[in-house]
Amino acid sequence: MRMLVVWCPDWPVVAAGAAGGLPPQTPIAVVLANRVLACSATARSRGVRRGMRRREAQSCCTDLQVFVADPDRDTTSFEPVAAAVEELAPGVEIIRPGLVAVPARGPVGYFGGEELAAERLVDQVASRTGVECQVGVADGLFAAVLAAHRGTLVPEGGSAEFLAPMPINELAAFVSQVGLDRTGPNAVGRSNGKGPDGKRHVPGELIAHQVELVDLLRRLGLRTLGAFAALAEHEVASRFGADAVLAHRLAGGVAQRPPDRRKAPPELVIAQVLDPPADRVDTVAFAARMAAQRLHELLGSYGLACTRLAIDAETEHGERHSRVWRCAEPLTVGGIADRVRWQLDGWLRTARLKSGVSLVRLWPEEVVDGRSLQLELFAGGGATAADDERAGRALLRVQSLLGPEGVSTPLLDGGRGPAQRVNTVAWGDERVARFGPELPWPGQLLRPSPSTVLAEPAPIRVVDARSEPVALTERYRLTAPPVHAVVNGTLRAVLGWAGPWTIDRQPSMAGGSLRLARMQILLEKSAGELALLLRTSGDRWLVEGIYD
Amino acid sequence: MSVSVTSLATRGVPPGAVRVASELTEAPADLAVGRVLPVRAELADLLPLGGLRRGSTISVRGSNSLLLALLATATTSGSWAAVVGLPDLGLVAAAELGVALQRLAVVPKPGAELVSVVAALLDGMDLVVVNAAGLGRAGRRGSELAKRLSARARHRGAVLISAGEWPGADLELSCTELRWSGLRMGRGYLAEGELVISATGRGAATRYREHSAVLPCAAGTNPANPNSAAPTWTGPAGSVVEEWAPVESLIAAVG
Repeated sequence: MRMLVVWCPDWPVVAAGAAGGLPPQTPIAVVLANRVLACSATARSRGVRRGMRRREAQSCCTDLQVFVADPDRDTTSFEPVAAAVEELAPGVEIIRPGLVAVPARGPVGYFGGEELAAERLVDQVASRTGVECQVGVADGLFAAVLAAHRGTLVPEGGSAEFLAPMPINELAAFVSQVGLDRTGPNAVGRSNGKGPDGKRHVPGELIAHQVELVDLLRRLGLRTLGAFAALAEHEVASRFGADAVLAHRLAGGVAQRPPDRRKAPPELVIAQVLDPPADRVDTVAFAARMAAQRLHELLGSYGLACTRLAIDAETEHGERHSRVWRCAEPLTVGGIADRVRWQLDGWLRTARLKSGVSLVRLWPEEVVDGRSLQLELFAGGGATAADDERAGRALLRVQSLLGPEGVSTPLLDGGRGPAQRVNTVAWGDERVARFGPELPWPGQLLRPSPSTVLAEPAPIRVVDARSEPVALTERYRLTAPPVHAVVNGTLRAVLGWAGPWTIDRQPSMAGGSLRLARMQILLEKSAGELALLLRTSGDRWLVEGIYD
Repeated sequence: MSVSVTSLATRGVPPGAVRVASELTEAPADLAVGRVLPVRAELADLLPLGGLRRGSTISVRGSNSLLLALLATATTSGSWAAVVGLPDLGLVAAAELGVALQRLAVVPKPGAELVSVVAALLDGMDLVVVNAAGLGRAGRRGSELAKRLSARARHRGAVLISAGEWPGADLELSCTELRWSGLRMGRGYLAEGELVISATGRGAATRYREHSAVLPCAAGTNPANPNSAAPTWTGPAGSVVEEWAPVESLIAAVG
């Protein structure tokens, strides 16, 4: 297959220079593990070479700007270049940052010739992104990449001839970037060698094999691709193994595989125009239902489902409100419709939207593979799945009134005090403990825990027999046993007490140790007893919890 | 209430016959078909049907432990519960009393939306606990709103539990006395609380009951004896006990 390859020379250097805002003629080197990975033309002219040690390179070229290799930077900054190529030639494959392949037939036919197409692409990339690039056209990806490196157009059927004088080392360099398609070009269901993040992964052992093979071939006297290709395939197969056969085919200019064409990311935003603008909940609900249906069908056609939905509403007077709904499980069509309706209902009722809604936009912020939308697997362990769903809907309804943080489900967590031992997770979020509740927590209070934990601890005065306040000494002891306590202005006799127990013995920033301790105290009441959990706060005692 | 159930059977009332209204709610199969949500064994005697009848309103006063204990068995057997307007509720204590926290939703601050939040929750939850003080702020309208919420609970088959007095509650449970064991002067640790609970109500619950329940360590739910577990504390508790032991005996001698 005839391929057109666009190559940006020294891409890591270009990306690093752009990120650092340096002019193109600056000598730049990108280093990985203290070795030069790539260098700019200026640096190369001063003697910097690939594989040099950093210090060595800096001694060749004293004003060398050194950057650490960053694959993410290379990938993200290459995106505009790929997009520029894509504008003229759809269906590009990004082989690696700096190298784009596209089937030649489309652009060549459209622009009326290979030279014209190559010229247009170079112009396009330069005008859109200001990046220099070279274009190569040949039969097969391997020959096209080498042609791009040399900026030549190989005539049709001339790949073998073009490759013949090339050094055998090119084989190892190519395989380390693109990999070998072991299953062959016509195999059904072949993997395209991409990892879950969409990046191409070439296994390390494959590269090592190829480097070894190339080294062996060189020592055998096969210095060029042509010499290797001249061997008969069965001879290569019997002597060097399956990977060598693939390499042999590459060297002979036999097409390896068709390009893995990239698809433009689909437009997933749904905009529902309401004409006339809706200011009543029932009309809004109808529109919400329609928008939800459309979004669901759109996502379904791509095999996706939504787990984070942003709802935007615009009114006829130009007000704009937006809220993101998170969801632990993919949204069904009913789920989307409910959320849109509740959200708009909430906005209209609380007069956040002062005029009628004219536009509703649904924006799937996070999508997952639609296959995970198997509702029966998501039963929360309730009596029935229907009960769980009913409860979930009620909670979502409350969230639409109070906001996503208004409803939470508690989760036991690691911690010492009764308040720290509970982690409240907003409904819909994943229930994950911050700390391990099963870890040992020295100083954690034992059962029973107070059934009332005051969000704002109330002050209490604890006094001894001489009506002096009971305080805590430097050694975490009470100055005297408590005899009375004053709660809310009432003097009560102490019937029992225990403690103090230290909470945290970390010294405070001020130098002196911050004395924090808890104690339990049992007070007399008109009927029965009042059990309290106290905590120190400076020199005072606070009621942290009530055992009631 | 097994007494009345058996008496009903022995009297040989034919099915479909006219019966006393209060007996109608006590159909023997109620607990089995889920008309009544189960409660902890020590509270069962207190409730007219031995559980929380769906559609009823129960007001609980004087004890958060009692409130949480009412939710325990129902949530572990698959019912959902929500707590509205009680930000100070001890959720660790809830777990210790046997509440399944994964089926407990908390709305700590409903603010002005209290009534709509409770109404929405009654649609989907089996048990809704609401702080009656939130309605009290609505003044005279509060009692009207309370009746509307009770009616909604009745209609939806949910159990509305109010923390505090609730106008027109079917059953009122109030903790009149609470005594603790385990804590002494300068040592020990709170071990068990004994609640004295009085129940009054309408319909089947007209009869006044008084009952004492031991919480939260009843029924062997707490394997650790608090007193034996006390030495695991890392604080200098042991030394304090030693130091104060003579003082305590002194107090005892004086007192």
